[in-house]
Amino acid sequence: MMQIKPILSALRRHKAGTVLIALQIALTLAIVCNALYIIHERLAHIAEPTGVDEPNLFAMANLWGEQYTKQQAAAKIEQDLITLRQLPSVADATPTNGYPLRGGGWDNFITMKPDQVDKTTDAAVYAGDEHFLRTFGLKLIAGRDFNADEVRDMGLREAVTPPVTIVSKTLADRLYPKGDALGKSFYSMSSTPITIIGIVDTLHRQDVSTWSAPYKGQSLIWPLRLAQPMGVFYVVRAKPGQLADAMREAPKALYAENRMRMFPAKDGLVDYRQIRQEAFERDRGMAILMGVICVVLLAITAAGIIGLTSFWVGQRRRQIGVRRALGATHRDILHYFLTENLLISVGGVAIGTVLAFALNLWLKQNFALESLPLIYVLSGMVILILLGQGAVFAPALRASRVPPIEATRPA
Amino acid sequence: MFAYYLQLGLRSLRRNPMLTTLMVMAIGFGVAASMITYSVFRAVSDDPIPNKSSQLFVPQVDGWGPQQNDNGEIPGALNYVDAMALMRAHKASRQTLIYPVMLSALGRDADSVPTSASGYAVTGDFFPMFEVPFLYGSGWNADEDDHRAADVVLTQEFNQRMFGGANSVGKEIQFGGNTYRIVGITKHWNPAPRFYAVWGEDGFSEAPDFYVLLNRMLDLHIDSSGRNSCRGNLTFTGWDQWLQSNCIWLMPWVELDTSSEVAQYRQFLTSYATDQQHAGRFGWPANVRLLDVMAFLTQQNVVPPESRISLIVALCFFVICLVNTIGLLLAKFMRRAGEIGVRRALGATRREIYTQYLLEAASVGIAGGLLGLLLTAVGMSAVTLLFDAEIAQLAHMDLSLIALTLLLAILATVAAAFYPAWRAAQVQPAWQLKSN
Repeated sequence: MMQIKPILSALRRHKAGTVLIALQIALTLAIVCNALYIIHERLAHIAEPTGVDEPNLFAMANLWGEQYTKQQAAAKIEQDLITLRQLPSVADATPTNGYPLRGGGWDNFITMKPDQVDKTTDAAVYAGDEHFLRTFGLKLIAGRDFNADEVRDMGLREAVTPPVTIVSKTLADRLYPKGDALGKSFYSMSSTPITIIGIVDTLHRQDVSTWSAPYKGQSLIWPLRLAQPMGVFYVVRAKPGQLADAMREAPKALYAENRMRMFPAKDGLVDYRQIRQEAFERDRGMAILMGVICVVLLAITAAGIIGLTSFWVGQRRRQIGVRRALGATHRDILHYFLTENLLISVGGVAIGTVLAFALNLWLKQNFALESLPLIYVLSGMVILILLGQGAVFAPALRASRVPPIEATRPA
Repeated sequence: MFAYYLQLGLRSLRRNPMLTTLMVMAIGFGVAASMITYSVFRAVSDDPIPNKSSQLFVPQVDGWGPQQNDNGEIPGALNYVDAMALMRAHKASRQTLIYPVMLSALGRDADSVPTSASGYAVTGDFFPMFEVPFLYGSGWNADEDDHRAADVVLTQEFNQRMFGGANSVGKEIQFGGNTYRIVGITKHWNPAPRFYAVWGEDGFSEAPDFYVLLNRMLDLHIDSSGRNSCRGNLTFTGWDQWLQSNCIWLMPWVELDTSSEVAQYRQFLTSYATDQQHAGRFGWPANVRLLDVMAFLTQQNVVPPESRISLIVALCFFVICLVNTIGLLLAKFMRRAGEIGVRRALGATRREIYTQYLLEAASVGIAGGLLGLLLTAVGMSAVTLLFDAEIAQLAHMDLSLIALTLLLAILATVAAAFYPAWRAAQVQPAWQLKSN
C-alpha cells in the first residue's frame, strides 16, 4: 500500500490544481447523474405501452365539410363505417373521440359518491362503439364488451353520462384496490352512477404531458358515438401486413362515398409510428441532448485531468528522478500518480454527491422531476473514479519512465 | 505592445498544440451548448408584442370557486356568461373575445373538395388592439359586430392557398357551408408565443387561416375547436345550456393605456365578482385578476420545461468547461515559470506579465468563440432533433447571437485566466534564475 501522507503533502503544494480537478469532478458528477436520470425518465415515458395493436392501426381525423345535425352526422358515420369495414384490407373500424398518445383529449373527474366535491382521481374518456375493443385490439380481462344497443349518439355539447363503462385495469385498481371492480360503480361529473361492465388490460390515455402523469393509464370507455357538427375520428385496424394498403384505400373510399369531408394535412391520417414519433418528440429530444452533454462532459473532464497531470509530471521530473535514484520502482511511481488522482477523485466525488442531490432537489421543485435514486449517484461515482484513473494512466506511465539520471539534471 | 503580446500569445499557443486544442474545444463546446439552448429559450420566452405588451390585459374571474378551481389558481379563460358580461360593460378602451374554430373552406370551384381551415372567432377590436398588419382591406368595426355581419379576414398564407395571393377583398368564400365576405387580408402575423390564444394551446403553432366575426359564430353554433373545461356535475343537453354552464372556453383581452385605467378596470372586475356573489351566482368572495401579456404567459407556463432544463444544464456544462480551462491555463502558464523569471529579471513589471497572459487567454477565447460559432451553426440545424418542429423553427442565428457567442467565449476565457495570470505574475525572478 502506498503511503498517503507524502502524497497529501505534495498536493498541499498544488492547491489550485488539486481544487480545480476536484471541483471539475464534483460538478461533472452532479450534472452527469442528473442527466442520466432525466434520460432514464424520458426513455421510460417513451416505452410506455399503449395496450393497442399499434402495428396494424391508423387514425383518420374526419372533419365534416358541411354543418350536420346530430341525426345527419350519425347517419353519415353509420354509412362511413360500413364503407370502411367492407374494404378488403380492413379488419375493423370504430368511430371515436381520440386515440392513445394523441395528446390532449377528453378527461373527466372521477368520484365515488354523487355529491363528492374533491375528485377521487381523473380518467381519460374514450367514446367508442361495440367495435372499439376489437378495432384497437384491447385485451378484455374481465366482464363483457358493449352491446350494439347500448351505444348512444352524442350531439353538440350534450353532457351524456352512459350507465355502463369499460375501464382500464389501472383505473379499476385505483378505484377498487381489492380487485373487485367488476359490477361496481362510480360517478363522473354527474349524479347518475356508472357501472363497470368490463375491464381491459392496458389502455393508455390520449394525453402524454406531465400534468396527466399522476393518472397514467387511467382510462374509461363509454358506449358513445360522437354525432357532432365538427367531425369524428375513425380508427381503423388493417389486416396483418396490409396497413399501407388500408391507409391508401380508406380515404379514397370515404371521399368516393361523400366528398364533403376533410382530413387535415396535419395528423389527418396517421399510423402509430407517426403518432409515437409526435407524442414523444420532446422526450426523445431531451434524452438526446442530455446524452450528448454527458458524453462531451466526461470527455472534457478526462482531457482536463490528462492536461493537469501531464503538467505535474513535467514539473516533477527531477523529484521523480530522485525517487527513482533512491530505489523507487516504475510501479511505485505509477502507483503514486494513480493514488494521487484517486484521492482527488474521492474528494471531488464526495462534494459532487452533495451537489447532485442539491441540483436534483432544485429540479424537483421546478420541473416535477422525481427523486434521484441512489443507484444513479453510485454509478456516477464509479464512472468518474474510473474515468479519472483512466485519464491519469498515460501521464502516470510517462512519469514512471523518467530515468533516475534526471535527479542529476537541473530542473 | 498589445499587438506584440498577442503575437507572443499566439506563438505560445502553437508551441503547445495539445493543451491549446483542449482549451479551445472546451470553450467551443461549452459556448455552443449554451448558445443553442439559449436560442431556443430566447425564442419561446420572448415578448411577442413588445411595444404593447404592458397595455394588453387578460381579465380573469373565478367562476369555479375555491372548492373547484385548480388549488386556488384562477382559471385561465372565461365562461360564456362572465365573458359576455365583461364585453357588455365595455369598461376598457378596446376589448375582444376570442375562441378557436375549425371550419371547412370551399373555393369558388363548386366541384372542389373542402379543405380544413383553422382560425379564431374574434371581435372587431382584435385587429387594432394587437396591431395586426394588413396587406389589403382592414378588419371590421363594432357596428358590424353588433349586426353580426358575415365578415371574415383571411391571412396572407390562406389567401395564397385559396386565391393565389390576389387581392380578394370583397370576394366571397364558403366556410362550413355558409358564405362570408372577405373584408381584409393580413400580412404574415404569427406572434410567438401566440399570446392571445395561449390558454389550451401550446402557443407555437403555424399561423391561423382566418379571423371571423365572433357573434356570427355563436349564432351558427360553431363549436370551439380548442379547450373546454368544466367543473361539477354536467347537466347541459345542448348548445344553449352549455353557454350558461361553468365551462370555460373564451379568451378575453382588454387594452388599458394608463395605470389609472388599469386600477379602474381592476376595481370594476372586483365589483363585478362581488355583484355575482350578492346575486347568488358565486358562492365565494370576489377572486379576480388582471394580467398583462408577460404575466399571463408566465401564468400559463408557456415556456416548455424542456427548454428551461436544457438551458440550465448547458450553462452548468459551460461552467465545467471553464473550470477545466482554468486548470489548463494554470498548467500552461506555470510551465513557463522560467521564461517569466527571465522577463521579470529583464525589467518587465508584474502588470505587464499579467496583461500578456490575459491576452494570451483572450486569443484562446477568440479561437474557442469561433469554434463555438461553428458548432452552434451545426447544432442549429440539428435543433429539430431536440425540440418540437414548431419550436425548433423559431430558433435562428442572427447577428446578436453571433456577437453574444463570441463575446461570451472571450469574456469567459479572460475571466477564467484571472487566477492563472495572477499566479504567473507572482513568479519570483530570483528563484527561477537561481534554479536555472
